[in-house]
Amino acid sequence: MNGVHDTGGMQGFGPVLPEPGEPPFHAEWERRAFAITLALGALGLWNIDQMRHERESLPPAEYLASSYYRIWFRAVENAVRELELLDREGLRARTAEELTGLFSSRSSYERRIGAGPVFRAGQPVRTRTINPSGHTRLPRYARGRVGTVLAVRGAHVFPDRHAVPLGQEPDPTPEWLYTVEFRAEELWGQDADPTVTVSIDAWEPYLEAA
Amino acid sequence: MSDHDHDHDHDHPQYSELSEMEAKVRALETLLTEKGLVDRAALDAVVERYEKEVGPHNGAQVVAKAWTDADYRRWLLEDADAAIASLGHVGRQGEHMVALENTPERHNMVVCTLCSCYPWPVLGLPPVWYKSPAYRSKVVIDPRGVLADFGVSLPEGTEIKVWDSTAEMRYLVIPLRPEGTDGMSEERLAELVTRDSMIGTGLVHAPSGAAR
Repeated sequence: MNGVHDTGGMQGFGPVLPEPGEPPFHAEWERRAFAITLALGALGLWNIDQMRHERESLPPAEYLASSYYRIWFRAVENAVRELELLDREGLRARTAEELTGLFSSRSSYERRIGAGPVFRAGQPVRTRTINPSGHTRLPRYARGRVGTVLAVRGAHVFPDRHAVPLGQEPDPTPEWLYTVEFRAEELWGQDADPTVTVSIDAWEPYLEAA
Repeated sequence: MSDHDHDHDHDHPQYSELSEMEAKVRALETLLTEKGLVDRAALDAVVERYEKEVGPHNGAQVVAKAWTDADYRRWLLEDADAAIASLGHVGRQGEHMVALENTPERHNMVVCTLCSCYPWPVLGLPPVWYKSPAYRSKVVIDPRGVLADFGVSLPEGTEIKVWDSTAEMRYLVIPLRPEGTDGMSEERLAELVTRDSMIGTGLVHAPSGAAR
């Protein structure tokens, strides 16, 4: 979706403000909101792509005005309500050992795939101009642009199909994933800094031969 | 007046949001705990892990080893997953690691313009600025401007390469080793490596007085 979460290249947000000695959390509720998000996620009722889509689907003005963990919490609140979790029976909380065990182990989205990759490193490709109303990981600033494949990263679950509405069965069919590099002039026009390149990680359905 | 408190909240939105969030999060945690959907000890444990145990000191250890051990550096650049896992840094949001080597000619910077993707096992949880619209919007169109916000200026002509983490690949910048650190131990070097230098918004400096 063309949401306000898709920030790349927007202007007017002001300078980046680093905070010296920044702590991981700024308030007790941030600790709890973070942990609740991880603990509920570990119940397996939704995947990370669905939860990212929940966050980016908050009303645009609310998304931009909210601190980060407030966005997380609002998305989890919506998911709890939508799936009527408080009325469900038969779900069991993850124990401390289970939860820390899950988060200290790998959980890869790389999958086996039948067909080989269509593109290879060094090849020029064009990103497609798409405007899906659901979840996508192709940012607006990099649509319809010509770049070069830097690397083939394996086949990974495709978020555009995986982020189905909460409660529906996700489609985990993988697609080849590539790192694609663009010169700044291709993204931002001829006045762009010629020493700058930007890369994205793009699944095969986002790309066509150039 | 009966709605005085309500009006008062509107006069102080920041204060009101804070107390509103404390109340809301606590209320949901209580409900979820009563329903057996979350376990308080599990919440405490996961906070403990990401507040106390996992953090940029992990990545600093990787960088210092890459600076002092040429074989490890080669392995890290070829197969970052295995090289980082060999030091024990494994976990969620670090499944597909790529190490990016800064050189005098090329400087790397990492962002997630769409959300907040970040290599948790080596850097811990991302700082607020990394998740802010200001950083996410600006670094892909004006990386030198972002560096200026951090007080960093690179020589003119240095290539800047920005990596937008739009999938599950996670990037770790290997900053340049500063001059004047020859003969320093790996442990001492690791203390010099900052979080920002491993995202690409900072450089590593020798301690004052170290350069001769």
